[in-house]
Amino acid sequence: MSTTRTSKPARAGQYLALLGYLVFLAFPFLWLISTAFKPPRELASLHPTWIPKDPTLANFRQAFDEQPLLRAAGNSLIAAVCAALIAVAIATPMAYVMARHRTFLARAATGWVVVSQAFPFVLVIIPLFLVLKNLGQINSLPGLIMVYVVWALPFALWMLVGYVRAVPTELEEAAAVDGAGKLRTLVSITAPLLAPGIVATILFAFITAWNEFFFALVLLKTPEKQTLPVVLTHFIGAEGAADLGPLAAAAFLATLPSLVIFAIIQKRITGGMLTGAVKS
Amino acid sequence: MTLATAQKRSANGASARRGADHGAWFLVLPALIPILILSVGPLLYGITLAFTDSQSGRTEPTEWIGLLNFQDLWHDTLFWDSFRIGLLWAVGVTVPQFLLALGLALLLNQNLRFRWLARSLAIIPWAMPEVVVGIMWRLVYNPDAGVLNETLSNLGLGDGRDWLTGLGTALPAVIVVGIWAGMPQTTVALLAGLQNTPRELHEAAEVDGAGAWRRFRTVTWPALKPVALAITALNFIWNFNSFALVYVLTNGGPGGRTRLPMLFAYEEAFRYGQFGYAAAMGCVMVAVISVILAFYLVGRLKGGDEK
Repeated sequence: MSTTRTSKPARAGQYLALLGYLVFLAFPFLWLISTAFKPPRELASLHPTWIPKDPTLANFRQAFDEQPLLRAAGNSLIAAVCAALIAVAIATPMAYVMARHRTFLARAATGWVVVSQAFPFVLVIIPLFLVLKNLGQINSLPGLIMVYVVWALPFALWMLVGYVRAVPTELEEAAAVDGAGKLRTLVSITAPLLAPGIVATILFAFITAWNEFFFALVLLKTPEKQTLPVVLTHFIGAEGAADLGPLAAAAFLATLPSLVIFAIIQKRITGGMLTGAVKS
Repeated sequence: MTLATAQKRSANGASARRGADHGAWFLVLPALIPILILSVGPLLYGITLAFTDSQSGRTEPTEWIGLLNFQDLWHDTLFWDSFRIGLLWAVGVTVPQFLLALGLALLLNQNLRFRWLARSLAIIPWAMPEVVVGIMWRLVYNPDAGVLNETLSNLGLGDGRDWLTGLGTALPAVIVVGIWAGMPQTTVALLAGLQNTPRELHEAAEVDGAGAWRRFRTVTWPALKPVALAITALNFIWNFNSFALVYVLTNGGPGGRTRLPMLFAYEEAFRYGQFGYAAAMGCVMVAVISVILAFYLVGRLKGGDEK
């Protein structure tokens, strides 16, 4: 550790910078929470305060009255859970191949993962819209789920390849020497070691689908089918005017699931991302 | 060893390898088929649409019109305005974000107290739906009930502005949100890069009496460069293509000052139903992005050669 040599003023500067960063990170979120709990009188005040003097839950009640939040949350949940499970189920075998074999296929898949991050979604959504329309899958959750599965695949592959690489090949080879078949090795040696990574990837895919907006905006037309992020935008009126209290309350609620899940898996995600990024 | 056995052996080896490849195909297909049908297919279809007069809700069949869409785009000043704004936004977010994240990563790599707090808080922008980030900052920027104007007036700095609807302030205001939203990811990636730099080299440089700046230039930066290059290229591309954040914050306003190319294309396609024209916009965006991606790949290959 080279830290002992850092001079005192430099150290003070470092803490000051850290403080600045913490404030910058935290203040919008704290403001969101504060706004969510303010009664209308305080929201209309010309000098808003950080801490509501008279905290209330009325904004939450009003938010549920104004928009079909529960149904939207249900739609989001269905879309995100299905998309995450399907995406990871089909990505895991492919990630295994990409991590273990340096074939043309693995390289092409890696190339696709990079390229797919680059193209503007508008170029994909117009044809998808036309195709789904012909199939009668506009304004339907299954249509959206199909799109989300493919949309979640690149990152799922990226993370999973990292996790597979972290499983030593020696273990698989030892099992093969002991006479275990390929499938048996995969099931009894590789899969258990991979399980935590797979769970992390599922949760991450869940969050990306839960948070997704663009595809849902284009593909879901009626309020009964719309997901939470789309319904949230309905709180902002056509002229940009908004009822601040309910808007803040609904936005805060929509964030909670992602925040909780992310807090649980954060280390694994960064770990998986990094091994993927560093070793590829 | 006779020739025959050698041949036999190599034949066996080849068949075993082919066997493995069959297995590989079997494992890859479940993901490959949806990718081809729902991602690669639509992408190619989308590119062909750019050469047609496809519109939504039209009864007569779509026709090929060659480069007409691109000719129209060439003369569409609104599109070039949005393109310029897209580039400004992408550079305006990516560059400060990178510099701030680099500083932060160096900071968090130090043995500071409370750095756990910084890491925990970094979850917030990362995990939030973009729509919520937009809503949250609308509350911050709100001219009457927002915290920004209140703080500024408390500090005696001006008497409040309508940040998101002011012609001059909208783009900078939106850029700040973009920086905020993407900083944790950039920081974490750079931090990982830092933790991969060999500590011994650092210590050796320190023993040799190298100052902080020289240590950074000669030891830290060379090791960090591949990660930095990758994350910057990806950030630029993501930002250039971004949609949700600005859609919620300003919806392209005021007077188109924050109308990013994606917002423009979205409106053309799904408000005015001009599918072919919007697809042509997408193609132009892909072309620009491809150039950037090419730079990135070349840089990365070079980086690989040095090792």
